[in-house]
Amino acid sequence: MGRARTIARRSFLIGSAAIAGGVAFGTYMYRRNIDNPLLAGLEPGDVALTPFVKITTRGITLITPRTDMGQGAYSVQAHLIAEELDVDLAEVTLEPGPPSAAYYNSKAAAEALPIAATREGWVGDAAAGVADVVGKLAMLQLTGGSSTVPDMYDRLRVAGAVARETLVAAAVLETGLRRDQLKTENGAVVLPDGSRLTYLSLAGAAASLTPPENVPLRDPSQWRHLGKPHMRTDMVAKSTGTQTYGIDVTMDGMVFAAVRTNPALGGGIRAYDATEAEAMRGVMSVIPITGGIAVVADNTWRAFRAADAVVCDWGPAPYIGDTRAQFEAANASFDGRRNSRLRNDGDVKTTLAGSRPVEVEYRVPYLAHAALEPVNAVVLLTEDRLDVWAGTQIPGYARMHAASVAGLDTEQVHVHAQVLGGSFGRRLEDDFIRQATEIAVAMPGVPIKMTWSREEDFSHTIPRPLAIGRGRGAVAEGRVTVFDLDIAAQSVTASSVSRFGLPYVGPDVVIVAGAWDQPFAIPNYRVTGYRVPEMVPVSSWRSVGASGNGFLHESLFDELCHEAGADPLAERLRLCTHMPSRKVLEAVGEMSNWGSAPVAGRGRGLAFTLSFGVPVAEVVEVSHTPDGLRIDKVFVAADVGRILDPVNFEAQLTGGVIWGLGHAMNCELTYRDGGAEQDNYHLYEGMRFYQTPEIEVRGLEVGDQIRGIGEPAVPPAAPALGNAIFAATGQRIRELPFANHIDFL
Amino acid sequence: MKLTVNGRAFELDVEDDMPLLWVLRDELGITGPKYGCGIAQCGACTVHMDGIAVRSCQMAVADVDGDITTIEGLGTPDALHVVQAAWIEHQVAQCGYCQSGQIMQAASFLDLNPDPTDDQIDAAMSGNLCRCGTYPRIRAAVRTAAMRMQEV
Repeated sequence: MGRARTIARRSFLIGSAAIAGGVAFGTYMYRRNIDNPLLAGLEPGDVALTPFVKITTRGITLITPRTDMGQGAYSVQAHLIAEELDVDLAEVTLEPGPPSAAYYNSKAAAEALPIAATREGWVGDAAAGVADVVGKLAMLQLTGGSSTVPDMYDRLRVAGAVARETLVAAAVLETGLRRDQLKTENGAVVLPDGSRLTYLSLAGAAASLTPPENVPLRDPSQWRHLGKPHMRTDMVAKSTGTQTYGIDVTMDGMVFAAVRTNPALGGGIRAYDATEAEAMRGVMSVIPITGGIAVVADNTWRAFRAADAVVCDWGPAPYIGDTRAQFEAANASFDGRRNSRLRNDGDVKTTLAGSRPVEVEYRVPYLAHAALEPVNAVVLLTEDRLDVWAGTQIPGYARMHAASVAGLDTEQVHVHAQVLGGSFGRRLEDDFIRQATEIAVAMPGVPIKMTWSREEDFSHTIPRPLAIGRGRGAVAEGRVTVFDLDIAAQSVTASSVSRFGLPYVGPDVVIVAGAWDQPFAIPNYRVTGYRVPEMVPVSSWRSVGASGNGFLHESLFDELCHEAGADPLAERLRLCTHMPSRKVLEAVGEMSNWGSAPVAGRGRGLAFTLSFGVPVAEVVEVSHTPDGLRIDKVFVAADVGRILDPVNFEAQLTGGVIWGLGHAMNCELTYRDGGAEQDNYHLYEGMRFYQTPEIEVRGLEVGDQIRGIGEPAVPPAAPALGNAIFAATGQRIRELPFANHIDFL
Repeated sequence: MKLTVNGRAFELDVEDDMPLLWVLRDELGITGPKYGCGIAQCGACTVHMDGIAVRSCQMAVADVDGDITTIEGLGTPDALHVVQAAWIEHQVAQCGYCQSGQIMQAASFLDLNPDPTDDQIDAAMSGNLCRCGTYPRIRAAVRTAAMRMQEV
């Protein structure tokens, strides 16, 4: 009980810190009814039955507030509503909706709490409760943390069911029939004689009814769409060039802006000379903005060229600007105060002292998001309102911050959420929306499309932090007996919340995520986090803390298995304490025929990471070729409790593996004088088509909670590859990217 | 300066060295071709010139000496090109931002080589970058499209 109480208390403090408010006050706010934001925009005869379902004379609109960055969020949200509402998705409109407290995220904040996803009972429940309150209070209408499905699974089905029952109640009034005589299908209430009252025709009557509470949800065995393969709602648009992204927003009289700000983030600009730029064709204005300049022209290419022609005198980087020195600073952090020790089983100190320990060090680099759609926003400032068309994972914050830049009230800012051409965490930041707003303030009355050049996008990524892992361990009688991992990394949480003007103190669980919380009963097992002082500002990158820590933890575990002479799969299974994780390990073993000898010249590597509550095991097979090492095959198994769309599930797992492998092979962001040295894809390739292995996926549904799958496949990919390289070559590479040490095909 | 895009003739007054991509996007409002890198490293801007895939970010508009087709001219939601149909069948897209370029690359490639080997597919498609990791489905869709083209 004592330990449990300590954890709950710590989580409470972290939850409070993250919002700089207070959970006690928050409980009051939380219980207050939150307004339905759709009511404001209704015309006579329209009805918004819940914040997620709007019916007008023009048709049915479903609100899918979580951002679609490519992970299929719009589609899965629509299917969740439709499963209960009984509408055909081909005949409804999907809209992301306005920023509103009604769309808060109750699950994303849970990842910031030091509660292992495998922990059950009241401690876990208490933590989930805190996250719910925090999310609502902090207007965390954010998309991230693989939280869309777990957060929306009940809410959207309830929204669909409540709307359906309100419409049916209207039909009961209209027809005098009983509820049990009526059915619903394809956007209509069906009468016993087969005649249909469309939802549209019932909307007016439904508007005057009080929606029912406690509508029971259909049992999954009755589902018609969920759980079965279905066509994502965006496939036709995305295969015909008709999908509009933020960068495609077009308006009458629109002008085009390019920006250049100090490549040393936050370094500022001391002076600039725009004489040449101002004389260039199409250039309308060169505007000083925070940290640099913006050029407004009548065409993006002209704006790019003119921005390049501005002579800028940059200020120095406000942080250690060279990567060698940055790693030295990380190294020095091990001598400072520890930030967390969330895992400390057995007695590592004594047992290590009595053994011949393995001691190793691992390094992972800074990494860029580099979504293929470069950062952009369209802005229009008129007398009493600012409109922003942009892809964002945080529409609520973006609105608030744009208002503050423009000197408007939040209510005067209208954020029109756009489909994103990738994000991978980049658009959890709203720096670019503040920047576009600065340009709008300088040039009111004109719609302005601001586009970052690819070079600007690379140099102003807010990267995943570099990290150093120091591992120690020992083995006895063929078993792993001691596992001790120290991790030094910058705090993503502190860096991110500082940009929202919020303080952050105490341990940051992100520094050790994907390492401290793994479901293994190693007798002496310790994970310690050290916080590296602020250097380059850092942010969330697909799978966040676990993205690097999976490599540290699983490389060390593999090394210890090798030392012990233990089979890496058998040893993990022997130590595993979590049933779904065990099933996932067994599945990947079966898929890869793990026990068999690999084909000559091939090597097989295994890794496992539980992140965002999802256990994922991957086996990578590599082989020597005369042209370099080839990744032949990847097997991946994951458990999300329940799979809502097997086709998209497979896409997310496959994409996560490729993301993890591609960056582990080829990518690093290094800094010189404060600026990133990689400024385009030729220096930061990720994975190319010809390098892509065959990937076999298996989804399990054994866990008792539904989970999201956008990120968890990433962390085990790098260590599974590293362990395979070791198996094939005997070379143990402890630093990413691997391509600095070995040639790939 | 004259330009034919998707069967329509346009008259333009722009610099000779303006890349075709920006003529299409900002001067003509044709937004299917995407800006990704500006240096022919990602292929998101791929269009056809007389049926051959070219990187429009690296093609100066004055150097255009053929008819241009963009993804919008290849097929439409109501009249899909066989490659587009294969892309939908395999649900290739995730974010979809690179897919206009991928589809234009694949369509041109299959037009020249309707019965490609896997190595030829690898070689043809490796200049197009996808950050979401849709490559396995692209591979499957290219094979399906090749099969369908031979059935016709």
